[in-house]
Amino acid sequence: MTKMSGAEILVESLLKEGVRDMFGYQGGAVLPIFDVLVDKPINFILVRHEQGAAHAADGYARSTGKVGVCIATSGPGATNLVTGIATAYMDSVPIVALTGQVPTHMIGNDAFQEADIIGITRPITKHSYLVKDVKELARTVKEAFHIARTGRPGPVVIDLPKNVSTGETEYNYPEKVNIRSYNPTYLGHPMQIKRAAKAISKSKRPVIYAGGGIIISGASEELLKFSETTNIPVTTTLLGLGGFPGTHPLFLGMLGMHGTKYANLAITESDLIIAIGARFDDRITGKTSEFAPHAKIIHIDIDPSAISKNIQVDIPIVGDAKRVLQELNKIVTKCDISPWHRKINKWKREYPLTYKQNEKLKPQYVVEKIYEVTKGRAIITTEVGQNQMWAAQYYKYTRPRTLLSSGGLGTMGYGFPAAIGAQVGNPEAIVFDIAGDGSFQMNIQELATAVQFNLPVNVAILNNQYLGMVRQWQELFFNKRYAYTSLEVSPDFVKVAEAYGAVGIRVEKKEDVTPALKHAIQTKKPVILDFRVEKEENVFPMVPAGAALNQMIEGMA
Amino acid sequence: MKHTISVLVENRFGVLARVSGLFSGRGFNIDSLCVGETDDPTVSRMTIVVRGDERVLEQIIKQLRKLIDVIKVSNLTKEEHVERELVLIKVSAMNKKRAEIMEIVNIFRAKIIDVDHQIVTIEMTGDEDKISALIELMKPFGIKELVRTGRIAISRGGR
Ligand SMILES: Cc1ncc(C[n+]2csc(CCOP(=O)(O)OP(=O)(O)O)c2C)c(N)n1
Ligand SMILES: [Mg+2]
Repeated sequence: MTKMSGAEILVESLLKEGVRDMFGYQGGAVLPIFDVLVDKPINFILVRHEQGAAHAADGYARSTGKVGVCIATSGPGATNLVTGIATAYMDSVPIVALTGQVPTHMIGNDAFQEADIIGITRPITKHSYLVKDVKELARTVKEAFHIARTGRPGPVVIDLPKNVSTGETEYNYPEKVNIRSYNPTYLGHPMQIKRAAKAISKSKRPVIYAGGGIIISGASEELLKFSETTNIPVTTTLLGLGGFPGTHPLFLGMLGMHGTKYANLAITESDLIIAIGARFDDRITGKTSEFAPHAKIIHIDIDPSAISKNIQVDIPIVGDAKRVLQELNKIVTKCDISPWHRKINKWKREYPLTYKQNEKLKPQYVVEKIYEVTKGRAIITTEVGQNQMWAAQYYKYTRPRTLLSSGGLGTMGYGFPAAIGAQVGNPEAIVFDIAGDGSFQMNIQELATAVQFNLPVNVAILNNQYLGMVRQWQELFFNKRYAYTSLEVSPDFVKVAEAYGAVGIRVEKKEDVTPALKHAIQTKKPVILDFRVEKEENVFPMVPAGAALNQMIEGMA
Repeated sequence: MKHTISVLVENRFGVLARVSGLFSGRGFNIDSLCVGETDDPTVSRMTIVVRGDERVLEQIIKQLRKLIDVIKVSNLTKEEHVERELVLIKVSAMNKKRAEIMEIVNIFRAKIIDVDHQIVTIEMTGDEDKISALIELMKPFGIKELVRTGRIAISRGGR
């Protein structure tokens, strides 16, 4: 058998795993890999900062369900990936991050551009590999993809010393993976499923609380069937949005800190919570001791360590959301809960999600118009802050994988590169990054990437000239002392867009929003929309950190 | 409350860092940790002693199971098991004291493994209480140096 270099083996292995798109940046330790890559049928996207590569791989993965792949050189290239890897880890996103490393005999010597990236990323990866021998490479790639995409997905780092990339050996891609210590549980325990069905049939005030696990496991249809069969209302987390149709009469919207009042009240008064692929994050539960005080809790999750971590669970079911729901759907029946529905509908009427409309340009209005103009069929990414919450509240997500947002880590700068990744994975889709003026500047350099690779992403900056969410906390909890949250100096985003060769549009008036959005979509080029919105608008309702879910601060409608 | 956890792991580099990182990253303190190869050279056994309430312990065990390189985790505290620890103590032993030290060593079924004009070095295995008792008795003579392995443990009987 002829021998191949490590770099060739790596790229062949990636092709075997179905990789067709990849994001990354050049450097000394990865030169041999790029030298092979350039001749292969992989669409390579050269970003302008490695953080952008990691987020783009993440956006690609979240929007397509495939594993996203990014690559960076050793040392600073690898450390620049860290925020992106941590973001993917917190939200269970399958990415494989390839990093160059100094040659094996130099590891540990403080060699030029050496960083212990395996050590640095250990707490933020599902698993990681330092490949010390080229003979191990093919098996390592096989295992890395398997681990990234199965069970509770997550990022895997493969660190590739330069002499492993240049070393030679015979290439055999393993057919199967065999990791004796890794066997995720997919099928829920039948007894537990029966117990859950029984609890459901007895409940009078049930609520389904669905998280990102619904989308990851592809369980939206099963969830819809489950909810419609049982007649149980559904609330979702930020990452669960799109996992259940946002237009459905049984939908309660998002719960938690900026959730709808009716979702939070429903949780608080519920007698049975069915948590599916969600992890009772503190932004969801508020004060844990007062979370759903009257409810029994059923928790379906593939990760046993998520169960009873924050909230004690009565009926745990470890398994894949889709499989467990399929089993449940065979045995559940319609719940007789009309009084509960009446109560919820009353709350929906009394406490709708609204904001004060006036002649000014409101950020919520912009989000509503994005929904209207795209007919809800766009892929939306968000940055972090108020923009993210308004994107969650005022756009109705009807299909899975259409909202990509950094929920767990809350990474400003995520949305724009994630939009690039989503556009690469979905060339036909209309992609919008609903952005803040602060966040967008954290990865603004990726404009060059979007222009170079003809990716017609749209960035809708809800430009309030503030680190708005932080300013909101200052307004509410720090006596309006706006310490270092003003972004009075920002670049002229229209000119920035133009300087990069993209299209820039400034919108200052309400009536210009729809035409601007329509124009942006038509251009088929990257577009920056600078919406000069009301500066001190707040996100309501709001549960202050540490308060119970029913202790909401409300805006004036 | 102290718990003894026995963990079978892949015998590979980096595994110890993953396990210990899991504890430190969550602010759990490890009382002791022993690692050694098993009869299968691809597998190592770690015996970890930690302190914490039941909830903390449950999380630790679940998190350990989640690590890809971890094959099996058992909480020995919950079953019948034996625990042992090895200690080496260097005690100053000038002429007159020597006999006294020897007597204690015999009572404890410990061993003297090294002597010179000034010191004797004692070796003993036993459970934690026995080791602590020996250390207490040696203190008055002047302990020059002391090293303990930390606890290792194994379940009782044929399971
Ligand atoms: C990388 C990073 N740094 C800091 C924060 C803390 N933070 C959360 S929201 C926010 C303000 C975001 O400002 P902007 O992007 O303008 O969004 P807005 O809230 O104004 O919509 C900050 C600083 C963060 N989430 N991520
Ligand atoms: Mg802002």
